[in-house]
Amino acid sequence: MTTTHLIRAVETIDGTRTDVLVRDGVVVELGSGLSAAGAEVHDADGLLALPGLVDLHTHLREPGGEGAETVLTGSRAAAAGGFTAVNAMANSSPVADTAGVVEQVQSLGDRAGYVTVRPIGAVSQGLEGRRLSEIGAMARSRAAVRVFSDDGHCVSDPLLMRRALEYVKGFGGVVAQHAQEPRLTEGAQMNEGALSAELGLGGWPAVAEESVIARDVLLADHVGARLHVCHVSTAGSVEVVRWAKSRGIDVTAEVTPHHLLLTEDLVAGYDSRYKVNPPLRRAEDVAALREALADGTVDIVATDHAPHTSEAKDCEWDAAANGMVGLESALSVVHQTMVETGLLDWAGVARVLSSAPARIGRVHGHGRPLAVGEPAELTLYDRGVSRTFGTEHLAGRSRNSPYLGRALPGRVVATFHRGYATVLGGAVVDEHEIADRAARVAATALLAAPRPAAAP
Amino acid sequence: MRHLLSTADLGRDEAVRVLDVAEDMADVSTRQVKKLPTLRGTTVVNLFYEDSTRTRISFEAAAKRLSADVINFAAKGSSVSKGESLKDTAQTLAAMGADGIVIRHPASGAPRVLADSGWVDAGIVNAGDGMHEHPTQALLDAFTMRRRVHGAGSRGRDLDGLEVLIVGDILHSRVARSNAWLLRTLGAHVTVVAPPTLLPVDVSRLGVDVHYDLDEAIAQVRPDVVMMLRIQQERMAEAFFPNAREYARSWGLGAARFRSLPEGALVMHPGPMNRGLEIGDEAADSPRSTVREQVGNGVAVRMAVLYLTLAGDREDSL
Repeated sequence: MTTTHLIRAVETIDGTRTDVLVRDGVVVELGSGLSAAGAEVHDADGLLALPGLVDLHTHLREPGGEGAETVLTGSRAAAAGGFTAVNAMANSSPVADTAGVVEQVQSLGDRAGYVTVRPIGAVSQGLEGRRLSEIGAMARSRAAVRVFSDDGHCVSDPLLMRRALEYVKGFGGVVAQHAQEPRLTEGAQMNEGALSAELGLGGWPAVAEESVIARDVLLADHVGARLHVCHVSTAGSVEVVRWAKSRGIDVTAEVTPHHLLLTEDLVAGYDSRYKVNPPLRRAEDVAALREALADGTVDIVATDHAPHTSEAKDCEWDAAANGMVGLESALSVVHQTMVETGLLDWAGVARVLSSAPARIGRVHGHGRPLAVGEPAELTLYDRGVSRTFGTEHLAGRSRNSPYLGRALPGRVVATFHRGYATVLGGAVVDEHEIADRAARVAATALLAAPRPAAAP
Repeated sequence: MRHLLSTADLGRDEAVRVLDVAEDMADVSTRQVKKLPTLRGTTVVNLFYEDSTRTRISFEAAAKRLSADVINFAAKGSSVSKGESLKDTAQTLAAMGADGIVIRHPASGAPRVLADSGWVDAGIVNAGDGMHEHPTQALLDAFTMRRRVHGAGSRGRDLDGLEVLIVGDILHSRVARSNAWLLRTLGAHVTVVAPPTLLPVDVSRLGVDVHYDLDEAIAQVRPDVVMMLRIQQERMAEAFFPNAREYARSWGLGAARFRSLPEGALVMHPGPMNRGLEIGDEAADSPRSTVREQVGNGVAVRMAVLYLTLAGDREDSL
């Protein structure tokens, strides 16, 4: 097994072409006509090299939800989508609210070896919104958690939110808020508006999101803390975030691929694949979100990859689970909604899907520029193809994609993580081979680490 | 008609045809032998996930008058309450050879999901889904209005120019939605009257005018028909309005307000009524009240719907 890869004639995000020589997990040489001696050669003519994608919002479901996804299967889905790092949300069972759970998730991710798995810690014990979880212990654990979120639930208690924002300041952490005023969304089933009135589904009003974001940016300002807003979905939320940023408030925001592409009209047939929280919104919201991502008001795209078993989706709308899988399709959706529309160039895509999420989540060794000495976290993308998205393009355990049967542009051809390929020729590399690679890299790193002084 | 899921799916001619067939069915109900052989050998399942004895027995009577075999499948006391999914129940019914499924479900869209799923091949009739639709109620309301307005000459006619007020909990009402679309399709003009808390924030897709004040609406619209909707007791606990007294005073059809209606205006109510809340005795018991007629017409309309969805082209067998 070779640890050296030569990627030939790939196009970079600034439009130049280069060979990339990768050895022992690091980019060691750039330029044209590099020697292929001892290297596995990949012809990348016509392909684009992006920094490995980083997802700040992934549900891996393990522990507790292994019927829908595991750390391993979710990691595979991530690699297939061109990701090299994911941040795993805390709403597992048990909840990731102790050092033990986050260390377990991280070690499962390390063992799987497809991507860097960074656990997110819960803000409150059991996601119940009453008492802070063991935030400090999770931050000091081997998992070194820096992102905290009750995602799936809103930290609606303003005092608890204030405390959380203050507490994580101590170690450079961030609170990622799922902004949803719970009283205003009781029985909510879809975006509230003319269509919810027609379909007789409980409305999820935009104001339930916007009012919480408004409160939280003011709180963050007051205590001088860093706030991240998960999955903003409305034009009004964009306005609030824009205002906060103009005031110098330390806030970042994410948008999901599905909120960049899909609208509430899809709900009309009561097909539960389109049931998601926050719900699909109006075309005006989609337009505002695209604008905001282009102008930097919204910092990043995060998938909110939410796998569900077929039983959880194959039922009437009210009973169906919220959520969509999104890792495998995210880059293509951003390509379609942001690049084909001229709103973002590929450097912009690298920013919103890699460097900015790595910075917000403090995901070290990811989102780095393509340069000698940088970690070899790379995605090779074919922009020139179009495919009808199907279940054969899904690499996780669940099938609840809203894009099945849709034409999407582009295809991830190869993904390199820590210098080895997790995807080659558009296919995910076998899990045993990847686990073996990951173990070797870990062993090498251990040997290279400075040895502790011998005990006296 | 393959299914009846929504009145919004019905065009004007199709809706008139349903009402005309219902006239034929009503004629049958006046005979000494109130039974047709039309659906003999056909199995109709009443799949009810909510208690609604009135609607169920109306469908049951309709199916039996058409000689269908009727199976009542109530969610309570069956495997549904033990958590069987809609999919498994539907497939069970398919395996039993159900030709038609009349479904009442608390989730909006459940009949649509059943019809689109491929789980079952049967014709689906929506007997009320969540806050969405109750199409046969709207059809029987339209049938009742047409008979009162056009009498024996009803066949082939629509409700052109009729002014209809629908008063009460529009937000949660499947009856209001189905009526709004059907009455408009039939040429009537619909105005809804409710406290703003009981209206959707955006009614633009309902195709209705809106008033908050009932007296003002009566004065301005001069309605031919006033349809009072049932107020669910739990709405008071949820702070949609302060208390029953205030609701009755502002939006109830009490004696004084009933007398202020234009002469001959019909009073309708889908039942069961909360007397003293949304409707007073004088209105409910007046000759202009159609409440009992609505019940009787319900059987005829449901016979028509079952006939059109299950007998298909076999119209000549009528």
